[in-house]
Amino acid sequence: MRAPDAAGRFGRFGGRYLPEALVPAAQAVEATFREAWADPAFTAEYRRLLATYVGRPTPVTECERLSQVLGVRVLLKREDLAHTGSHKINNVLGQALLARRMGKRKLIAETGAGQHGVATATAAALLGLACTVYMGHTDVRRQAVNVFRMELLGAEVVPVTSANGVGTLKEATNGALRAWVNETEHAHYCVGSTMGPHPYPWMVREFQRVIGDEARAQCAEPPDVVVACVGGGSNAAGTFAGFVDTPARLVGVEAAGGSAVEKGKLGVLHGFMSHFLQDDDSQVLEAHSISAGLDYPGVGPEHAHLAETGRVRYTSVTDEQALRALKLVTRTEGILPALESAHALAWVVDAAATGELAAGSTVLVTLSGRGDKDIQQIREHLR
Amino acid sequence: MSTALDLRADGPPLVIPYVMAGVVPDWLDLVRGAAEAGADAVEIGLPFSDPMLDGPTVQRAAALSAARGGRPRPLLDELAGLDVGVPLVVMTYANVAMTLTPDRGVAGFVEHLASVGVRGVIVPDLPLEESAEYRARAAEAGVAAVLLAAPSCGDDRCREIARASAGFVYCMSSMRVTGERADLAATAGQTARRVKAVTDLPVVTGFGISAVEHAVQACEDADGVVIGSVLMRMLVDGAPVAEVVEEVAAYRRALSSVHHSPAGG
Ligand SMILES: Cc1ncc(COP(=O)(O)O)c(C=O)c1O
Repeated sequence: MRAPDAAGRFGRFGGRYLPEALVPAAQAVEATFREAWADPAFTAEYRRLLATYVGRPTPVTECERLSQVLGVRVLLKREDLAHTGSHKINNVLGQALLARRMGKRKLIAETGAGQHGVATATAAALLGLACTVYMGHTDVRRQAVNVFRMELLGAEVVPVTSANGVGTLKEATNGALRAWVNETEHAHYCVGSTMGPHPYPWMVREFQRVIGDEARAQCAEPPDVVVACVGGGSNAAGTFAGFVDTPARLVGVEAAGGSAVEKGKLGVLHGFMSHFLQDDDSQVLEAHSISAGLDYPGVGPEHAHLAETGRVRYTSVTDEQALRALKLVTRTEGILPALESAHALAWVVDAAATGELAAGSTVLVTLSGRGDKDIQQIREHLR
Repeated sequence: MSTALDLRADGPPLVIPYVMAGVVPDWLDLVRGAAEAGADAVEIGLPFSDPMLDGPTVQRAAALSAARGGRPRPLLDELAGLDVGVPLVVMTYANVAMTLTPDRGVAGFVEHLASVGVRGVIVPDLPLEESAEYRARAAEAGVAAVLLAAPSCGDDRCREIARASAGFVYCMSSMRVTGERADLAATAGQTARRVKAVTDLPVVTGFGISAVEHAVQACEDADGVVIGSVLMRMLVDGAPVAEVVEEVAAYRRALSSVHHSPAGG
């Protein structure tokens, strides 16, 4: 996958739709990232942390029992085994090192499921930075354990309530952007997915491409199909980066209640142009998903572009499909996936049943995180 | 460049109250009353679900408007035929500008503004690099696209912003989203002076002007002020429109009684 153009665009998507107040900060992030990403000392330190702190490379697991049940060969890229339990740490460590390079004292983050918040709080603790995490008030309730984890790590968690918002990832991002205006001088906004203003969608994909690059090297032969779930799209973008130049079919799976690629309209939110769920009066709608990490009404600009070019196919699955797949994988493989990752698995289960995945084909699924954070919710739903 | 939005920069400081469209049923009375109380222009906010640059008060005003059924297009249509004698300047976010008229993008938006008599427009999340087409279409439609400058913008960027702006240049007083503050930030004067040094357009300071004294102080360097959250807080808390109009009049009186000699002017 290529870098965006000078204006930060992937095709017609992306850009930098920020108030002037934040444009200099985004320009500084871009300049620092370009310089650091070409600096062997920076990349060496980043790789060292990925190896010794995150535990990379994460393995690719061959799922024998699941494969038997489905009639297709399923491989899992195990981001659930990364430190803090999801792929989010890959991006956060890169950005935390950048923040230090820019002389910032604090990290600001938005979080949905809490995984990005936990990862950011972790990196802040590791590098001795302050950390404030913005979280929609609904998610603060849904993900209470992760809130406690962040606080234990020394972060401040600010519930974002808005007069008309439902209090999920969209609201959290509004809160984080406002905080960035207020604190831009000493704080770095550590965006948690391939969204936001240029350079974030590109930079976050570059920090996540380790998923795809590793998996490519770990698969003896490129798989027939590569699947990942899509919230803002960071684990998917990182995964696809390793396979976009292979013949593999690439599939991105959104939550049915947040499927911006299928149901969104062209618009601008949170600093970038993409597809967003919105009504006929230009108001952005709330997404609705059992999975807080997929509860986002938009999709990263590079995904909007990959959908338009047809290189990646985007589809969606319902809460019920995700829960069924989660149960199946847990029972057959002894691996409890995060609700987000269960969406990617649900598509595989479905596509194997309908024959969309030919019997005997090989499918690689990125298991973006572990389900421990979701236990409470899963319990409520399955009871 | 002559635009539809000709605000004098040589008289007493400009008073520009901000009103969220639809915030109360009689919001148009506030627009009229503010003009009668001596406002030089009225800034009209259009509600958007995700106002990135607005603090709690304007967020509440937008939510109130939305809860009362306030939607950008019908609210704009309420302005058609309303001649209050001073220019109206619409403020909203890029998503509204892009999608107000299906498939017509920003061109459709500014043409619609012109058709209801709006003379200026502010879209804070269309910065210099993202606003070329919007500025061109606005100029064609006869609507002044007002750009913002912020304390974080360097001198070169301030110059480019001023060159690209029409009607006036809107300076953020501090690196803060909209909302009331105890004091006027030191950055207010610095930013206004830096912009004034590179433009002949009026320079107007806004964000955080919460008291008459702030306005007087801001106008030591700027040509005027935008007054927003303080008025919207009164309305949201239930004050009658007449009381809010009286507040506008208080700013007008105070600013008309000070001798206007902005730096560099
Ligand atoms: C485990 C997990 N997977 C996926 C996501 C979705 O994010 P993205 O689309 O950026 O990978 C999240 C977000 O919180 C997550 O926690």
